[in-house]
Amino acid sequence: MSTLEIKGLVASVAGKQILNGIDLVVRSGEVHAVMGPNGAGKSTLSAVVMGKPGYEVHSGQVLLDGVDLLDLPTWQRAQAGVHLVMQYPSEVPGVDLTEMLSEAYTARGRDTSELAEQVSAEAERIHFPADLLHRSLNVDLSGGEKKRNETLQLALLTPKFAILDELDSGLDIDALRDCARRVEAATHDSNLGVLAITHYNRLLEELHPDHVHILVKGRIVASGGPELADQLEIDGYEAFTGGAEEAAAEPTGGSYDDLFAL
Amino acid sequence: MSSTLLDVADGLNGAQLPSAESEVWRYSRIAELDLAAFRPVPLTTTVTGADSLAASPERTAELVASMETHDVFDELSAVHAQTVEIHVPAGKVLTEPIVVTHVISEDGTAAFPRLVVHGGADSEFTVVERFESAPGIRALIVPRLVLHASQASRVSYLALNLLADTVWQLGHQQATGERDSTTLLATVALGGDYARVRTDARVVGQGATTKQVALYYADGHQMHDFRTLQDHIAPKTNSDLLFKGAVQDQAKSVYTGLIRIREDAKGSAAYQTNRNLTLSEGAWAESVPNLDIRTNDVKCSHASTVGPIDDEQRFYLESRGIPPQVAERLVVLGFFDDVLGALPVGSLRDDLRARVAAKLEGWTS
Repeated sequence: MSTLEIKGLVASVAGKQILNGIDLVVRSGEVHAVMGPNGAGKSTLSAVVMGKPGYEVHSGQVLLDGVDLLDLPTWQRAQAGVHLVMQYPSEVPGVDLTEMLSEAYTARGRDTSELAEQVSAEAERIHFPADLLHRSLNVDLSGGEKKRNETLQLALLTPKFAILDELDSGLDIDALRDCARRVEAATHDSNLGVLAITHYNRLLEELHPDHVHILVKGRIVASGGPELADQLEIDGYEAFTGGAEEAAAEPTGGSYDDLFAL
Repeated sequence: MSSTLLDVADGLNGAQLPSAESEVWRYSRIAELDLAAFRPVPLTTTVTGADSLAASPERTAELVASMETHDVFDELSAVHAQTVEIHVPAGKVLTEPIVVTHVISEDGTAAFPRLVVHGGADSEFTVVERFESAPGIRALIVPRLVLHASQASRVSYLALNLLADTVWQLGHQQATGERDSTTLLATVALGGDYARVRTDARVVGQGATTKQVALYYADGHQMHDFRTLQDHIAPKTNSDLLFKGAVQDQAKSVYTGLIRIREDAKGSAAYQTNRNLTLSEGAWAESVPNLDIRTNDVKCSHASTVGPIDDEQRFYLESRGIPPQVAERLVVLGFFDDVLGALPVGSLRDDLRARVAAKLEGWTS
């Protein structure tokens, strides 16, 4: 049993404070959804936990079984057991999936002799086309193919915790279902803990959360069970933003404005 | 005491070193060259894979006469050249590459290899020219290539610069493609102190295509310097160029490329891409693309970039648990992957990839 504990996390990007004190605890096998409107700090949270360059942490801790990940470089955070499924996975020309996984295995001291078979089997399971396996990472892949690829890596690297950053953006319903089911299976098979960051309910219809948190302006403003997501579906984010003024600034709690979120 | 290159040059009617003030030598290190430090000596050259080919002195003389004289190095070459000729008859297809290997091994010497390549109509073959040296010697190598691809021939050429990082290279390549021919001119430059290659690729027959590919990687105090010309003379001709380089430590590189589409070359297409990775703070790369279009109805594009390793790519790999130095190696080898794949001799790729990886081992950004 492992615990990922985010305590009092305050962080900024480009001089602007985005996270204003986040507290969250995820245990092995649990699925937590963090939902929020645009600009709430959803992607910043995942970037800060993983150590993406350009983000500055002012205070707080991210403890994985008591070890503060914020003291470690990105690659050691990954090896400690946190895996980020990216919203926009980077293209890496000239490097294919197996080559990358081979290095990721080697860096963990894992045997790579069965890797090719493991990749094939996992690709089949997640319906990632075999003829794309030797393509450069994420180059010329559709949105759905990118997320299947991200999920495939998650499944093979078997981290303790997965952070899904807008897994549901840019992919069709079949791909969403395949990815969500694979993540859910990992929560049973390898006791994976999940922090699913999302704007919409769509993902949660496939990936069933135990806990739902509402993130607004860099703070968790409400936490509850799955029923919180249902309430959000009815009331929108305005009910949580507090005040007509702020509701006016964020008109509908996000619909197609998400298309322009970068 | 045998005479130096300076003595020889003095005898050439006032021939002088080129000036870095002239555009074609801009950014170069030519001002550092001391002709008095080198004496011309014969080079050790071996040729394999050409046993079935006959010599053709007349055609060799004709091609040598067609070579242009731009500077004192062309003049010195005319005096001291050691010629290797490769004439592949019409219709002949060679499945194995012809390999020409030059080794310069004496300190304080200069060598002038000249390679003459003629592909008969509808012939197909590959020539690899390797430039090697003894380690640590001060030497100068001044290679010349004249290559002619006859109608519908497919001629590939690969130059491998594996010289010690104390050796200077001042190369000039001239290629001509006749109707419907395809010429591939490839270069891999890993060695040399200051290593320069000028390549003039002319497409003179309708429907002819030239491709140019280069991989260059300089470290320490090396400098690689490329000047390319894609010269379209006949209608409906094609050229495509992809040059990719990296510089680390205090190394430098220069790429200057010109696409020229002449008045009669209507319906031609020309592409030029130059990408450079600067891997260290102290490293420097320059990329200067130029277009000279003298007719309409042409397709032309050029792209050039100079910059460090992409932060997003590095973060992506590190987020999978890959340590920084391994992530960087993957990104740099990946950067070169398409040019390695475009080289004419597939069997050399693993060796060249290993040589690139070995240079990366010495990299501390």
